[in-house]
Amino acid sequence: MATLTIDGRQAEAEEGQTLLAVAKTLGIDIPTLCYHRAVAPVGACRVCVVEVTGGGRPGLVPACAYPALDGLVVETDTEAVRESRRMTLELLLARAPNAEVIREMAARFGAEELPLERGDDRCIRCGLCLRICREIIGPASTCFAGRGVQREVSTPYKLLSDVCIGCGACAYVCPTGCIDPAEFCSHPLEKIPNEFNCGYDSRTPIHIPFPQAVPNKPLIDRENCIHFKTGGCGACKTICPAGAIDYEMVDEFVDEKVGAIIVATGYEILDPSVYEEYGYGRYPDVVTSLEFERMVSASGPTDGALRRPSTGLPPKSVVFLQCIGSREEKTPGKPYCSKICCMYTAKHAILYKHKVHDGQAFIFYMDIRSGGKNYEEFVRRVVKEKVATYLRGRVSKVYPRGGKLIVQGADTLSGGQVEIAAEMVVLAAALQPSSGVRELAQKLRIGYDQHGFLSEAHPKLKPVETNTAGVFLAGCAHSPKDIPDSVAQASAAASKALGLITHDRLTREPTIGIVNIQTCNGCFECEGVCAYGAIGPREIRDRRGNLVATIAHINEGLCQGCGACSVTCRSKSIEVQGFRDDQLFAEINAISSGNGRGQ
Amino acid sequence: MSHAATKTQSATATAQWEPNIVAFLCNWCSYAGADLAGMSRFAYPANIRIVRVPCSGRVDPMFVLKSFERGADMVLVSGCHPGDCHYTSGNYHARRKLQAFRELLGFLGIDPQRFRMSWVSAAEGAKWSSVVTGVTEEARKLGPFKHYPSYGGNGDGTTCRKSSE
Repeated sequence: MATLTIDGRQAEAEEGQTLLAVAKTLGIDIPTLCYHRAVAPVGACRVCVVEVTGGGRPGLVPACAYPALDGLVVETDTEAVRESRRMTLELLLARAPNAEVIREMAARFGAEELPLERGDDRCIRCGLCLRICREIIGPASTCFAGRGVQREVSTPYKLLSDVCIGCGACAYVCPTGCIDPAEFCSHPLEKIPNEFNCGYDSRTPIHIPFPQAVPNKPLIDRENCIHFKTGGCGACKTICPAGAIDYEMVDEFVDEKVGAIIVATGYEILDPSVYEEYGYGRYPDVVTSLEFERMVSASGPTDGALRRPSTGLPPKSVVFLQCIGSREEKTPGKPYCSKICCMYTAKHAILYKHKVHDGQAFIFYMDIRSGGKNYEEFVRRVVKEKVATYLRGRVSKVYPRGGKLIVQGADTLSGGQVEIAAEMVVLAAALQPSSGVRELAQKLRIGYDQHGFLSEAHPKLKPVETNTAGVFLAGCAHSPKDIPDSVAQASAAASKALGLITHDRLTREPTIGIVNIQTCNGCFECEGVCAYGAIGPREIRDRRGNLVATIAHINEGLCQGCGACSVTCRSKSIEVQGFRDDQLFAEINAISSGNGRGQ
Repeated sequence: MSHAATKTQSATATAQWEPNIVAFLCNWCSYAGADLAGMSRFAYPANIRIVRVPCSGRVDPMFVLKSFERGADMVLVSGCHPGDCHYTSGNYHARRKLQAFRELLGFLGIDPQRFRMSWVSAAEGAKWSSVVTGVTEEARKLGPFKHYPSYGGNGDGTTCRKSSE
């Protein structure tokens, strides 16, 4: 343990700590470029210099590499320090004038451009990329080549490297962002499409799935992770300061006993490539509304700049096609209205005009269904302010011509054919339930319709409940609905679940099976048909405790009252309350005779 | 004269005859499907009389026989689709039991065509409507159910001894 003074403040330092690390614990900011906590410091860039004023040899030292010795007195913001950093940055600026981080840092320390020959790259020759490759990743596929002014980051003999594993750690640590691993690697580096951005950009194998993910923590995609594929790399584990990376973790099944289940499995979008006339999948400028949504999103692949996938330029005209697969009786269409498309298409038209002021938007629609608070007003605004031209009709064909997409459609209000040369076509494809929801529904024993939407217990009176007690529905798993409706239904489902589990006693239907102990002969045929394991043996004893008979007994908590046992029982010793044989026979007698006929 | 009168009477009776169909519907699928048919305003013939049971597995073959005995022209049992039973496996029990039972109907002198099963889910209001329409058509084709006609009928298509009410 060493005690030292930094900027007049006392600090405790552990054995082996550097001045930079100790300053950080005090909250003192020291600029760095060539330093990374995962690799050994070399003090190459010298922007982290601080002044030792006492307790040791006075002078400027690099904070990233200088040990925190006992009794040192250090100043991080003296005239000498500022002057040294300014000079360093002036030289770095001359070498890498295009590097943003250097320009920012130069401005901060008042460094000016020197009358030197300007470099034209962004590399500052700090060698951090080489060090991480050698120290952390291992293959040491890169090195410095050349001497003096010709020094540059390269590979041995300037040959593409066979040992590079393409992990990208060099690019990750580079302070100026000038490294592209593809320049060193002899084999092509696979880009992993970012699912959240519909594949319009790429992601790393370890990634946070999307910005608002809960929990907002990274996960490792084992299929693409170099460590899982080759056993090498391990950069994330070495770098992670929290030590949170554990390659030994595996997926596991967790058994949880719960009192209620809320099914909110959401929706998927119908793949519009089934409609060949729209050219989705063949022409890159034909996109789905979800893809368009990502493109115009500020957190999207282009940071909100709308670009045509084919040319990378802003589209000057966009045609939105509604009801792609919705309200269509024939397969692969869906007979239902997807409900949200009218509103999001109107929103997309507004977003488009925000991004491309001189752009033209057209919307082909069947009907505008804008039921909901302030919805109609919103659509009216889009029409009135001429944000988009609404055309009532359908599109028969989309085909490319001269770098544009020609959209052929009908305008049923004017009664004519229209042909629009668009630079982008956006398809509002139908919503459909998530794949696999049928299997889930069968596991939960809840109903679903022919499309796979989960069935509520009653369309008017029990819209959140299912027919299975304790299972509730929320969102598009139940039917297409927008965000306010989904939130309302989810809140209702949550209150229903709470209402169920906050009572001390469970309230349930009394229509369950009861065994007649006088006639049951204990054959236990009923036990075999009970799907709930509700039937077990019950011993009947006389007063002296002698066993008289072992007969069937129904557990009231487990029995669901299906009546399978009642039918199976040969001695008719089990009756389902509310559906007793005599009750049903009375009903049959009443309705089977001629009196009940519709005459 | 009396002969002619009888003939006219019987002709009137035939003209007025409407099939009487007893249906056993499980509470969770087919009964809810029938409910949905009503709610969605799907029309279907009024010849069907519904007995609600918790599960198609609750349908005892005796219920079917009793219906015929009391004068039903046709009996329909409808439950959840196989795999979708609210009670996991009740409709499988029903399917096995009632198919075996159907084979025995001929032995009892009842045309097995008069006994039908169907699977209608809670979301299939339109299917329920078409099932009832189809079953009613079938019942009309088969005509009134006359069991042991040589013993004479009860005048309402039933032939068996009335059980004590």
